[in-house]
Amino acid sequence: MRRAAAVIATLVAAATVALAAEIPLDQRRPDSDFISADSRAMQNDDTANPAMLVLLDGETLWNTKAGAANRSCADCHGDAEKSMKGVAARYPAYASELGRPVDLAQQINLSRTMDQKAPAFAFESKELLALTVYIARQSRGMPVAIKEDAKAKSFIAAGRALFEQRQGQLNLSCAQCHDDNWGKTLAGNLIPQAMPTGYPIYRLEWQAVGSLQRRLRNCMSGMRAETYAFGAPELVDLEYYLMWRARGLPMEAPAVRP
Amino acid sequence: MARALIHVPPSAKRGEVIEIKTLISHVMETGYRIGVTGQPIPRDIIEDFVCTYNGEEVFRAKLYPAIAANPFISFFTIATERGTIAFSWTDQHGATQVQTAAITVE
Repeated sequence: MRRAAAVIATLVAAATVALAAEIPLDQRRPDSDFISADSRAMQNDDTANPAMLVLLDGETLWNTKAGAANRSCADCHGDAEKSMKGVAARYPAYASELGRPVDLAQQINLSRTMDQKAPAFAFESKELLALTVYIARQSRGMPVAIKEDAKAKSFIAAGRALFEQRQGQLNLSCAQCHDDNWGKTLAGNLIPQAMPTGYPIYRLEWQAVGSLQRRLRNCMSGMRAETYAFGAPELVDLEYYLMWRARGLPMEAPAVRP
Repeated sequence: MARALIHVPPSAKRGEVIEIKTLISHVMETGYRIGVTGQPIPRDIIEDFVCTYNGEEVFRAKLYPAIAANPFISFFTIATERGTIAFSWTDQHGATQVQTAAITVE
């Protein structure tokens, strides 16, 4: 009898593990729900959010002529407040030039190399982050609009597979924290649902602005897994899946995180 | 020149308590960190912040290595007369950055 009970308990436990799946659409919450009220206030106050300093650099770069074409972003795209509205909410997106998706920072570099004929900015460089922040800011409050169309499908699926795959010496998957245990604490911090609506973020721990790829590499080294290089297709697929996962949630870039 | 963001209400009633917010971009390097080559990263911080209202000092702060990068300083003062509120940040090398804001008082 006791053995039967133990078997049943094991089965129930196994079933619970198997049941934990993607968060239902109506239960999704922005990551800013999982930070302190102070950090949230800092994020939503343009006079206190330190990313606004970076945004000013981005605005300057937007209007600076560059490359052999001697053109600025503004020369083609005009006023970013109009032309870039909603753009960040649609990235990552499929780039036909490359035959695979790119994130917003990579799209900026594509534009730089192909249209401005200027050298690409390095990943996580001050300039690339500044332009990304400036463009992402124009979508604040707009819903994430990633569509799972025919071109996107396989890449989003690849990102999702990576999200659910156990990795590293701790043998953890992203999903084990962000799908199964969101809302609980990890080292004193609440575990968010991994809805990347606020990137690039100003992270207080970094004392600087950083990209989603930097954050993902952070998580991976936390799992003691080998990190992918900046710009690696695996990271972009993962970004694509995460933004699709956050579809419909309001953009809050540049966000402040602890 | 470092980027600075200042928030001063453009107008206020005489005697009103106003909130002033300032944010400046600065690395605030503590001097305690070790770089990738194993060499210590030299200290580089802002040491002094002063706010004057029509030349009269209304707020002063001394900053130390424990202050985070991009220092945000917020404080209150009383709107007394129309004029200029000036802010200055001085780093450890003696370089000073000054920024001003105008205020109308009725």
